Amino acid sequence: MRRIISILMENEPGALSRVIGLFSQRGYNIESLSVAPTEDSTLSRLTLTTFGNDLKIEQITKHLNKLIEVVKLVDLTEGAHIERELMLIKVKATGAQRAEVKRSVDIFRGQIVDVTSTVYTVQLTGASDKLDAFIGAIGETQVLEVVRSGVSGISRGEKVLSL
Amino acid sequence: MEMLSGAEMVVRALQDEGVEYIFGYPGGSVLHIYDALFQQDSVSHILVRHEQAATHAADGYARATGKPGVVMVTSGPGATNAITGLATAFMDSIPMIVLSGQVRSDWIGDDAFQETDMIGVSRPVVKHSFMVRDAKDIPEIMKKAFYIATTGRPGPVLIDIPKDQTAPNVKNPYEYPKKVKMRSYAPVSRGHSGQIRKAVEELMKAKRPVIYAGGGVIQGEGSELLTKLAHRLNFPVTNTLMGLGCFPGTDPQNVGMLGMHGTYEANMTMHSSDVILAVGARLDDRVTNNVKKFCPGAKIIHIDIDPATISKNIMAHIPIVGPVHQVLEEMLTMLDEHGGEPDRKALERWWEEIEGWRKVHGMRYETNENGPMKPQQVVQALYKATKGDAYVTSDVGQHQMFAAQYYQYDKPRRWINSGGLGTMGFGLPAAMGVQFAFPDATVACVTGEGSIQMNIQELSTCLQYGLPVKIININNQALGMVRQWQDMQYGGRHSQSYMESLPDFVALAEAYGHVGMKITKFEDLEGAMDEAFALKDRLVFMDIYVDSTEHVYPMQIADGSMRDMWLSKTERT
Repeated sequence: MRRIISILMENEPGALSRVIGLFSQRGYNIESLSVAPTEDSTLSRLTLTTFGNDLKIEQITKHLNKLIEVVKLVDLTEGAHIERELMLIKVKATGAQRAEVKRSVDIFRGQIVDVTSTVYTVQLTGASDKLDAFIGAIGETQVLEVVRSGVSGISRGEKVLSL
Repeated sequence: MEMLSGAEMVVRALQDEGVEYIFGYPGGSVLHIYDALFQQDSVSHILVRHEQAATHAADGYARATGKPGVVMVTSGPGATNAITGLATAFMDSIPMIVLSGQVRSDWIGDDAFQETDMIGVSRPVVKHSFMVRDAKDIPEIMKKAFYIATTGRPGPVLIDIPKDQTAPNVKNPYEYPKKVKMRSYAPVSRGHSGQIRKAVEELMKAKRPVIYAGGGVIQGEGSELLTKLAHRLNFPVTNTLMGLGCFPGTDPQNVGMLGMHGTYEANMTMHSSDVILAVGARLDDRVTNNVKKFCPGAKIIHIDIDPATISKNIMAHIPIVGPVHQVLEEMLTMLDEHGGEPDRKALERWWEEIEGWRKVHGMRYETNENGPMKPQQVVQALYKATKGDAYVTSDVGQHQMFAAQYYQYDKPRRWINSGGLGTMGFGLPAAMGVQFAFPDATVACVTGEGSIQMNIQELSTCLQYGLPVKIININNQALGMVRQWQDMQYGGRHSQSYMESLPDFVALAEAYGHVGMKITKFEDLEGAMDEAFALKDRLVFMDIYVDSTEHVYPMQIADGSMRDMWLSKTERT
């Protein structure tokens, strides 16, 4: 099952490599990863998505918690949460395709952020499956380049991940 | 406030931590620190002959004393040579501090002479690591390193120190922190009382219980309490390879070591149990055999300081995360308050069954009066010569298993071996560390002609410091454990498991300034042992020739349950 694990950790050199190293060392898989400092500059927030059954995820979270630089973590998929990913995608836009792509962008509530005579660059945010669906709707043959930010997430309601 | 250079701070911090010995080897990037060491005399530096040996010596010191072992190596090859020792300590949860030199800060990343990314190379085999980026941080880093290495589940911590951070002309104020507080590191200090209560209730109901005690009992200073608990309940106790000595080996309630080369009765007891109290053990593959067939009728109570160990290989029915010492203490208190009594009748029947197993297949081996000596005889002779009261270090292989099976350890910290990583070359340097910790103690290193040659250069260190270690070289002229597997699983094809061109170990020992003995006949063994151990102030290298065809039994059958064992070359369960 797909899980989103969100980690609050010390914003120190080497901390990220310990998290990544743990996954490769123990044979766990990272599907996506995003990391940036928080409002408190001594802390970074790292969000990663991975796959595994309950047992495996339990091991992953236990081992992550053992890393000295990890302050707190949460498996967002355990409760109600909001998940977002940003995608910038360059698609062919010539002839009849131009209008077709525009319509799809509107349906998916994306924005065209750059235009040439043959190419649209589209910005789209949403859950990962929505971004997948957009690529499906456009058709892979029309896609020139895709860049995705990796998943970020936050719990719904009053639950917060902070010190 | 006192103004010190980075190098002086490192040395002062070692003094403030009460460090007696630092094992190491100098080199370019640590010369400032060596200069500071030279100018004081409360921390003794022990010069080894190879950095790997420095780590194992510090490790042996730590295992024998419970205090952290300290190592210093230079950058590049000095640092990478310490990796095996770090990994050995990491696998067995041994507190250790390794100070590695690094090239000067502004050269890092330039492929400078003797530069290695030691933080990166060591990452998977340390509990934590620090890079000194500013000399001012040294006191705090040192304090944190010792704190992390010795608390929670202990382990090795590396501090990488660029040369410019120790420069003698740059002085900073020095004050050693009294306490350390880290928001991201707070080891568990108490087990959950509700869980402990549930465990006690389960123990009271048990009809076929067993206590399965591992190295965590020794590390967590829980031996006395565990012994008290076992006696109070009259439950059988089995020890892991790492746990030998945490419950007296000669106690009638001890059914011996369990696992791959465990006793018949220990493995049968485990397999047939209904409640397993696992304490400071990690249910690893050398114990469980096939996890799907592991102890089918048993409820598992698992006490460990490390939450990640619980339910990693085998699901625990009652997990208890906490320090072994505290949890056992609370268990005993609850038993006293509860006035609880285990099911005595059921226990009586259980003990009858266990005694039956003991009688059928106790530890035994065949001897041949006219043939070569058996390795088991050597360990038994060692046990007799040392009256069971030596510190025994070992290398890795058949001799290690024989030393575990045939020497009865009645006290914790007496049996010192590389259990998790299985590091050949561990025995001799570890024995040095033990001898430094206890200069008057009898220290024996049980080894083989394969393992001893992996750190034999340390004979030179032993001469320099007058370490009277007794080396028991069980010489079967082959890599015995490899050969055994090749006999059992590869049709007897002994691929690369011979030791051809063995050195004359007696001459070699003498060349290093020690006493050498060669023993080939069993009738000479006992006399030679007595003679060797009577030489209190000399290192004696006993080269003892044994049967090269002997196997270690019992041996669990791969992919079976715990009770599936070979008991000899021809008998199996």
